[in-house]
Amino acid sequence: MSKSILSAREDFPILSQTINDLPLVYLDNAATTQKPQAVIDAISDYYRTSNANIHRGNHSLAIQATQAYENVRKKVAAYINAASAEEIIFTRGTTEAINLVAYSFGEAFVQPGDEIIVSQLEHHSNYVPWHLMCQRRGATFRVIPFDENGELDLLALQQLVNKRTRLLAVNQVSNSLGTVNPIGQIVKMAHEANVPVLVDGAQAVQHTVHDVQAMDADFYAFSGHKMYAPMGVGVLYAKRKWLEKLPPFLSGGEMIDQVTPEKVTFNVLPYKFEAGTPNVADVIGLGAAIDYLNQFDFAELEAYEDELLEYGLGLLSEIPGLKVYGNPKKRSAILPFNVEGIQHYDMGILLDSKGIAVRTGQHCTQPVMDALHITGTVRASLALYNNHADLEALARGVARVIRLLKR
Amino acid sequence: MNQEQSLAEIERSLIEDFDLLEGVEEKIEYLVDLGHEMPKMDPALKTDERLVKGCQSSVWFDIHCENGLMRFSADSDSLVVKGLVAILDKLLNGQAAEEVLRMDLSLFERLGLWHHISSQRSNGLAAMMGHLKQAAVECLG
Repeated sequence: MSKSILSAREDFPILSQTINDLPLVYLDNAATTQKPQAVIDAISDYYRTSNANIHRGNHSLAIQATQAYENVRKKVAAYINAASAEEIIFTRGTTEAINLVAYSFGEAFVQPGDEIIVSQLEHHSNYVPWHLMCQRRGATFRVIPFDENGELDLLALQQLVNKRTRLLAVNQVSNSLGTVNPIGQIVKMAHEANVPVLVDGAQAVQHTVHDVQAMDADFYAFSGHKMYAPMGVGVLYAKRKWLEKLPPFLSGGEMIDQVTPEKVTFNVLPYKFEAGTPNVADVIGLGAAIDYLNQFDFAELEAYEDELLEYGLGLLSEIPGLKVYGNPKKRSAILPFNVEGIQHYDMGILLDSKGIAVRTGQHCTQPVMDALHITGTVRASLALYNNHADLEALARGVARVIRLLKR
Repeated sequence: MNQEQSLAEIERSLIEDFDLLEGVEEKIEYLVDLGHEMPKMDPALKTDERLVKGCQSSVWFDIHCENGLMRFSADSDSLVVKGLVAILDKLLNGQAAEEVLRMDLSLFERLGLWHHISSQRSNGLAAMMGHLKQAAVECLG
């Protein structure tokens, strides 16, 4: 019997706070989610009972910490349905995971005149690392545009892929519009031309399907802190065949096998990509977050969040002068909007005075804002603990701000 | 143009006004009013060269130095930020460059605007102040 989603809210102590003497309405989940008590406990328990540096120690605490850390690797592998735990690399977050691939893949496989494709819907962290890599390697940077609904132009992708294309980097869910990209179809198109695909799953792994083998992604990156786990931990999944071929990204302790003045050899997978003392406590927090999520029926969770999103979109669309951006066939957890004549920053700051937390601005997606010819949006974003009341508070808050500023 | 009032007097009267306001929302509302009352900036002056970098909203400053006095016109597409600009306008427009250099942002804390508005990097208050101080240095140079 899976846990009821409606009971989730009480698991998150921060949500009972007040802001400006009003109950907190937290709708900035695409930036970071709040943490359930189980995750907070897992981190403090680790420091109270098991803290030790892992892998090389042979005392009891070190063994205990190592087991706990490696156990999370297995949990992550199971959560995203990786073929093996060796394909899971712990990083600081999505950004570091993508930088790892951009660096190591670039070193190994990208030559002058080669091409890399990204989409115009990408967060800067899945855009800039490829841009820089193209500069370093003398490669050409190509961009798949999106249409008026916020959907990627797959015909354009078809035309962009050619013999010089070395990699395609694309998100599963857009952080600024919430578009759920047809990732299976995109990966298939790329694979037909022998192009490997990196999927940025940062906005997907907590909301929608996250089966890396089913989508056949070569690389899949995501952050712990957007899926109820602590900040400072993330994951790079990569197919074993790639991890074996890629050179290390960072070097130092942990990732080496033998070190002499003449020669350095590297540790086996996945340690070759985990230089230095890892963030053990937060990895254990990530494990607790996965345990927490696994209590729910994921299909039920997705349906719950989709219904919330529809409800929110419905409430917002009734507000005169309010424009919701994008109209994709499938949208996940993101409500991006502006009100005519009101700057997004002003909306954000006045909603905050009513205890409502949203994000405003470009959301690290300047290419998206440029395409829409806007300077930014107000973005409300959902998590499993949100409910109809949160969205009603948002709609009331927006209406009040309009009354206040449009006097 | 505030030569008739000293900086300290202007600060005192702003503090008195803001102290009358209870909540954050009232303070923001008043800030928006101050923005509305500010002299209009000539739209032709709103060029990219006059944009202040480091703000989430667009803020333009056109600054001149006249015999050691700072004179500027400014605007923002954000009504809240425009309110902050209006306070800077009340305080510093027409003041000596030395006064501009002496100014710090602690007044905004005293007005009760610090926690909610002024301390946020995104509003660019620090960037605006930096911009004015740079111009003050050039004015003295």
